[in-house]
Amino acid sequence: MDSAVAESGQDDVATPVSDAAKKLGRAIVVTSGKGGVGKTTTTANLGIALASRGARVALVDADVGLRNLDIVLGLESRVKYHVLDVLEEKTTLDEALVKDKRCETLSLLAAAQTREKDDVDTGKMRELIGALRERFDYVLIDCPAGIEKGFVNAVAGAEEAIVVCTPEVSAVRDVDRVVGLLGNRFKPQLIINRLRPALVKKGKMLSVDDVNGILHLPLLGVIADEPEIIVTTNKGEPLALRHEGQTAAAYHAIAARVAGEDVPAPTVESKENFGDKLRAFFGGRKA
Amino acid sequence: MIDWMKKLFGQTPSSSTAKERLRLVLMTDHLALAPEIIENMKRDLVDVISRYVEVDREKVEVNFEREDKALAMLANIPITAVNRQSPPEPPPERPADPPSAIVESTKDEVAAPASTHAGAPPRRKRRKKPAASKAAPAQ
Ligand SMILES: Nc1ncnc2c1ncn2[C@@H]1O[C@H](COP(=O)(O)OP(=O)(O)OP(=O)(O)O)[C@@H](O)[C@H]1O
Ligand SMILES: [Mg+2]
Repeated sequence: MDSAVAESGQDDVATPVSDAAKKLGRAIVVTSGKGGVGKTTTTANLGIALASRGARVALVDADVGLRNLDIVLGLESRVKYHVLDVLEEKTTLDEALVKDKRCETLSLLAAAQTREKDDVDTGKMRELIGALRERFDYVLIDCPAGIEKGFVNAVAGAEEAIVVCTPEVSAVRDVDRVVGLLGNRFKPQLIINRLRPALVKKGKMLSVDDVNGILHLPLLGVIADEPEIIVTTNKGEPLALRHEGQTAAAYHAIAARVAGEDVPAPTVESKENFGDKLRAFFGGRKA
Repeated sequence: MIDWMKKLFGQTPSSSTAKERLRLVLMTDHLALAPEIIENMKRDLVDVISRYVEVDREKVEVNFEREDKALAMLANIPITAVNRQSPPEPPPERPADPPSAIVESTKDEVAAPASTHAGAPPRRKRRKKPAASKAAPAQ
């Protein structure tokens, strides 16, 4: 059942020894199976957080046909070329990479909006990621939803995976499937996104333990369901550009963990509102 | 703990419903993704049953269905003949079962001629979870 990925990925190229010898960067695919769980948001914020640590980071939008990463990053007006232009040698990698002025070591390679996933050659995609790994410390690949060609292409050049999961039955099921497809080779790590601690407390949402009791993946961290994210996406200014606030801090902590620092996985504490506190004070003891 | 909450508030928190559904759906998914396991299990199952009765191996069907709170394995194993002699090998069970299987088959119109279905109720042999859940992690 691993064949879809195994076929397209060549194990032998990615041995740690050759990485060290060539000082290749780490290619990490951000994936989930299910759509809309926050892959693009996570890729953008994690990329910024890694770059703000001084690492050279390339973000690759592998969602050909539904390009979003440039918008979320606020770089859409500066995109001239896209992945397929590079793959088809219409331009050079240097021309196609958009440098983020707010975050000097961050670059974006946008997806083609008017093309289809089938237009991408898996082998060439793998070569492209390889070329990026020679220039960047991290290559984060924003994977499209699904497990078809787009997924296979996005995963092709990667050697690690971050899976994004929301605390919902369907998202967990899809992550389980994707992790099965990836196999052990990608050392998948988990980010739980859009957790609402108040709902978890009331038993209305799966908790981190519920989710990971099923998935059993190394947990990179938990991101709250954060209304600010909508605002930051509206503006094209990802939250991780800031350093204050619980959610921005969580992205920075996840970046530190990805970089190998021994910091605890960010969690989401229940921000009890005043009403909850009152209720606890007056009525809590009954229950 | 959850049961205790249930009793107290008279309802199940939806998160535990979600957890339960997820557990079941993943068992089903993992089984569906591991056809070899099911084939092996089917073979072993038929091997055991053939110690007592003759089975039409070609027509053996094994399915998994969601029951209320568990995954059930439903095996449909057509029996072509019943040996009168005692079984050649162990288990300690007495060959008193086969006749009842024949009785069962007369009630069962769907059965192919000369075949019958091992086991009781509707027309399939029912086994609870253990086999299924054991197979699941092997994905
Ligand atoms: N932690 C969060 N809190 C609140 N909203 C969020 C959070 N993460 C993502 N969102 C919102 O959820 C929506 C989907 O996010 P995003 O586009 O990142 O998902 P995706 O997995 O990339 O989707 P697709 O599968 O379509 O590519 C967006 O509107 C985004 O702003
Ligand atoms: Mg996306």
